[in-house]
Amino acid sequence: MRNPLRSEAEAYRFLGVVIVGAALIIAAAYANKWAGVAVAVVVFVGLGWWLRQEPVPGAADHAPVLASSTPPGMRRVLVVAPPGTEAVSVPDGAEVLVVVPALAATVEALTGAVDDRRHDAEATAAALESRLPGARVVVGADDPALAVEDALRMFGADEVLVVGDDGMLEAIRDRVAIPVRRA
Amino acid sequence: MSAAAHAEAHERHGPPEPHYSSRIKPETLGMYLFIASEIMLFGSFFTAYFFVRIVNGTPWPTPPYHLPVFVATINTFILMTSSATMHWATQSIKRGNVWGMRAGLLLTFLMGLAFLTSQLFEYMRAGFNTSNGAFPTIFFCLTGLHGVHVFVGLSILAFMTIRAFRGHFSAEHHHGVEIGGIYWHFVDVMWIVVYTTVYIL
Repeated sequence: MRNPLRSEAEAYRFLGVVIVGAALIIAAAYANKWAGVAVAVVVFVGLGWWLRQEPVPGAADHAPVLASSTPPGMRRVLVVAPPGTEAVSVPDGAEVLVVVPALAATVEALTGAVDDRRHDAEATAAALESRLPGARVVVGADDPALAVEDALRMFGADEVLVVGDDGMLEAIRDRVAIPVRRA
Repeated sequence: MSAAAHAEAHERHGPPEPHYSSRIKPETLGMYLFIASEIMLFGSFFTAYFFVRIVNGTPWPTPPYHLPVFVATINTFILMTSSATMHWATQSIKRGNVWGMRAGLLLTFLMGLAFLTSQLFEYMRAGFNTSNGAFPTIFFCLTGLHGVHVFVGLSILAFMTIRAFRGHFSAEHHHGVEIGGIYWHFVDVMWIVVYTTVYIL
């Protein structure tokens, strides 16, 4: 469902739709008051249907194609490890960046109340850093796919290894154009 | 720690930099939550309206009173035009047209003021008040609640206009205009619902 107040321009467009709906109701109400009520019901249902059908901007876009910038003879691996991960096996000889997304519940993410989740992620990151000498470990966004996108902007990985569940794996696979597999 | 980093750490004042989900900006989220609470508030008033009119069967308007439909219709056109000027202001600043934004905001403010003023005159000439029964009570509550929102919108517009004339907005930085615009369009949408429900149906 698309948020009709996503921006000023969309709010203005929504206002236009509401004005058209109100004009239909008023026209029907002049003929007969109950016809106006009936049209109002139809308009409200129609408005809800339209908002449900409206595509969310960017949702249908293909994942951007990311070109690897790894020099010949070098392999870079991005590992996604959710908070609580105790051990990660990384390929020998690879340059490794581990991202610990600060996974949060929907309400926490929407309201930005992610401080506790970040503390959890920071604790996991600190523990992994001590167990993986040579690897860099960072805390990422609350959305794993977003955390991977952020990391790939600074770390041109050849592949992504995911420690999390299938849902996380698929969400990341949908968003990035490099190989994504389970760690 | 290097000397420069040490100096920088000591020169930084205030709380640490906030971190938040990058999917939605806190100020935009704040406006959404505010609008959500407003929808619930209007919803409670509309519930009272439907209860009085449909469940209780109160005639609307209750004779011998009449609704000032003509003034309300003029007001509706004023408010719809003000949304157009608000949109013009936002589009102007997005293209870097500062004077277009200033003119748009000023016109929007003046039209909002005209709406509120004519609504006050409408109240004075209505010929009924809240002590005359359920119909006038609900009428004043619904239109008055909307009037309060127009007043809040005007206050936001006043700040936006002052900031616009002080050169606070640019093509790259105009979030304040964008968010104020969303609120103004919301107020306009609510008026159309109030107008259609209270004056027409």
